[in-house]
Amino acid sequence: MISLKGFIKRFLSDPVAIGAGIVLLVLVLMALFAPLIAPQNPYDLMQLDIMDSELPPSWQPGGDERFWLGTDAQGRGVLSTIMYGTGISLLIGIGAVVVQGVLGVSLGLIAGYKGGWVDSFLMRLADIQLSLSTLMMAIIALALFQAAFDANVYADYAIIMLILVIGIAEWPKFARTVRSSVLGEKKKEYVDAARVIGLPARKIMWGHILPNTLTPVLVISTLQVAEAIMIEASLSFLGLGMPVDRPSLGSLIRSGFEFIFSGSWWITFYPAIVLVALILALNLLGDWLRDVLNPKLRRGDD
Amino acid sequence: MAMLEVRDLHVAFPKGKKTEVEALRGVDLTLEKGERLGVVGESGAGKSMLAFAILNLIAEPGRVSRGSVTFHGENLLDLSERDIRGIRGNRISMIFQDPMVTLNPVLTIGTQMMETLRAHRRISDAEARKLCIEGLKQVAIPSAESRMEAYPHELSGGLRQRVVIAIALLTDPELIIADEPTTALDVTIQAEIMALILKLCRENDVALILITHDLGVVAEVTEKLMIMYAGKCVETGPTRQIIDAPTHPYTSGLLKALPQNAGRGTRLYQIPGSMPPITALPTGCAYHPRCERATERCKAEIPQLDGRVACFHPLNTAEEVQ
Amino acid sequence: MTGPIVETKGLEVRFPLPTHFLSREKPMLHALNGVDVAIQPGESFCVVGESGCGKTTLGRAIMGLLEPSAGEIYFKGQRIDGMDETTRKPIRRDMQMVFQNPYASLNPRRNVFETLAEPIRHLMPEKSTSEVRQQVEDVLAATGCDPSWQRRLPHEFSGGQRQRIAIARALVTNPAFIVADEPISALDVSIQAQILNLLTDLQAERGLTYLFITHDLSVVEHFGSRVAVMYLGAMMELAEAETIFETPKHPYTRLLLDAIPKLEGGSFDKPRTPGELPDPVNPPPGCPFAPRCPMAEARCRSERPKLRTLDNGTQAACHFAE
Repeated sequence: MISLKGFIKRFLSDPVAIGAGIVLLVLVLMALFAPLIAPQNPYDLMQLDIMDSELPPSWQPGGDERFWLGTDAQGRGVLSTIMYGTGISLLIGIGAVVVQGVLGVSLGLIAGYKGGWVDSFLMRLADIQLSLSTLMMAIIALALFQAAFDANVYADYAIIMLILVIGIAEWPKFARTVRSSVLGEKKKEYVDAARVIGLPARKIMWGHILPNTLTPVLVISTLQVAEAIMIEASLSFLGLGMPVDRPSLGSLIRSGFEFIFSGSWWITFYPAIVLVALILALNLLGDWLRDVLNPKLRRGDD
Repeated sequence: MAMLEVRDLHVAFPKGKKTEVEALRGVDLTLEKGERLGVVGESGAGKSMLAFAILNLIAEPGRVSRGSVTFHGENLLDLSERDIRGIRGNRISMIFQDPMVTLNPVLTIGTQMMETLRAHRRISDAEARKLCIEGLKQVAIPSAESRMEAYPHELSGGLRQRVVIAIALLTDPELIIADEPTTALDVTIQAEIMALILKLCRENDVALILITHDLGVVAEVTEKLMIMYAGKCVETGPTRQIIDAPTHPYTSGLLKALPQNAGRGTRLYQIPGSMPPITALPTGCAYHPRCERATERCKAEIPQLDGRVACFHPLNTAEEVQ
Repeated sequence: MTGPIVETKGLEVRFPLPTHFLSREKPMLHALNGVDVAIQPGESFCVVGESGCGKTTLGRAIMGLLEPSAGEIYFKGQRIDGMDETTRKPIRRDMQMVFQNPYASLNPRRNVFETLAEPIRHLMPEKSTSEVRQQVEDVLAATGCDPSWQRRLPHEFSGGQRQRIAIARALVTNPAFIVADEPISALDVSIQAQILNLLTDLQAERGLTYLFITHDLSVVEHFGSRVAVMYLGAMMELAEAETIFETPKHPYTRLLLDAIPKLEGGSFDKPRTPGELPDPVNPPPGCPFAPRCPMAEARCRSERPKLRTLDNGTQAACHFAE
């Protein structure tokens, strides 16, 4: 077990962790305070002017002072849309991981602790789900949803749908990790001690075993946020994600893609940079967390 | 000259960026051909560290910070990795607590034994095979020929440890270092294995360093004894003498704490507290906080080994008896 | 007191071995084969045997951690196996357990107070918060733990201190009967004496009854009032502790006693033949010990000896014991 003090010390002694942490912090703050710091509100149709469309970044010939990173085809400032879009991407990423986590941790805990046919059933279900690609399942689900409802309804519920679809599709990763930790923990004598006093299975699972399996959950959560953001970006890129008027980073990249060859590279380029930075920071932090929290890799200080 | 001489051996581990802590704090020992030495101590006393240091096997980030290990006049700590391999596993063999440290789970017993033999001897396959079967017979493994084809997991714990002993003896070593060889085994199997080690050492005139926490086992098997506490040897001498008349208060306490030395239903003698970790040693004698004979001097000064005991107030000495 | 506090009748435990889910065969491991014990109030009933003999299974079955496949378990005359949780709850207060490994038996994420308060909160819901606190402090004092330990986590303590905390947890509901499963074998020699003394003192103060499970006969000789020797899931010999050490009747008991390393030395001088536990999945038809027994005859291999009472009061399961 690592103390909070030791944890902070480890963090401050690792330049990669600090770098990734700073990038993530900046992006999260930018997304959180987008309504306050963004030069324009890209959702406000009244602020848009078709005359501003496809302006290059401000330092380039033809650039406009108001739009530092240029504008897209609808005349929205790329900087502002990135700020809002990062928020939507993060919201979907975190939301999907919460869904995955709740589903995966509960099912993994039950499978590991109960064993027997419950375990076999849940794990075979997980196998089946993992053998179908997440992207494929999401495409089918979202395509059906898009076909069944009209565009306005779809736009209203797109975030919730994406969170649910990505969340449900990826629960087996959590379930498997938690199950294998539970199998290790439930053999330990503190679980027997709890059973000796007649504690019901529910209390042993949630009160005793779960807190001791959360370390790997924390690690994969970080990595899964990155994964979920990637999936959402891919779906948006395919036109199945966020609608154009509430763009995520993925839909921004898509919306600019058709203008790349006409020279307006900035519409795609800047959101793509932010997306890569976000994913990289999350993955680096996740790897770092795994190294720090895995006692097998850790030597010496405690 | 003695076969093995260890002088003032120190092993240090880094603690933080600049400081180091010592897991061994100056250990001396001398071993003649065919002599059997027991090293006894509680967990963390540094007894396994001693075995690893003798073989120059201290893993990073630890290091031997001072001292020498002379084997037939050669300092093992100065040898190159290539030269020491000619000694380690050949003239000095090792037996560990867990046989699976020595045995590779995916190779048959026969393959592993022949590999060991042919790493150190230039002999033909048929000859090596013959020697290996003889080796297995020597450790009383039933149907030795067919066991050559067995994988380690097909054998019980006791048989596995017998195979490890057979491998250790294959190269006709002059010294065997056995680190808790029977701790993981049942008492009846322990008795079999220890009786076997004792017999083979006697027959082949092999020296033995037996590392254990069990005073009963060393009393049965060894002639010389070394008691370790917090990285130092606190008492050494002939096994019988130490067990019959211990002079260090710690040795005496350990012996008195054994249930077989107490009357039925009485309370056992107990040493208060527990051994300090090497990162938090007290000043002076490391044992003084637990010692009933400790004085102000014990808190200030570290007692040195005077040939038998490292203590300012030993028991059972000539003056004490008078 | 009249009857036994804990009694088992014909207790059997079988474990299905993991197989492929399509395989027809369902091999069973016979962990306990018809065991009858009657533990009298206030005694220290010791169960000894080597690994795989079923001693731990017996303790776990009595505590309800395992469902027996056949047989009955009684606590103070009440049948407790298969009892529903509501009826069993008041009985759980009276039965507690101390485990072998103090590094695994305390939840690493809970501080000492939470660990100790949980049994009271669950089994004695009528207690108020201040009563719970009082009871925890009382039990800490009784087991030699410092009251300041309450807010600390298990990793801050040494093995001996953790075992004290584990004993405190077992005692916090004031039980009458405690199963102690190898409570000292994971500890260092000097700490073993401290824990054994603590158990002896607590028995004297509180009139506890122990079921003490161990592989170490020298501890039994010191600690036990009656001793049951088990082999391959069956009782081999049952006698008063003094009797069993002076006049062991079963050849297996003699083998065990012979295997203890002695401080006087000399018992490992003769080589021993390797002996292994028979396969518990397909136990031999006759006496389970026959394959290792020096006095085994044809009858031993075909007919399983029953536990019978001998003239000196010892019960032994051997055709030739007298």
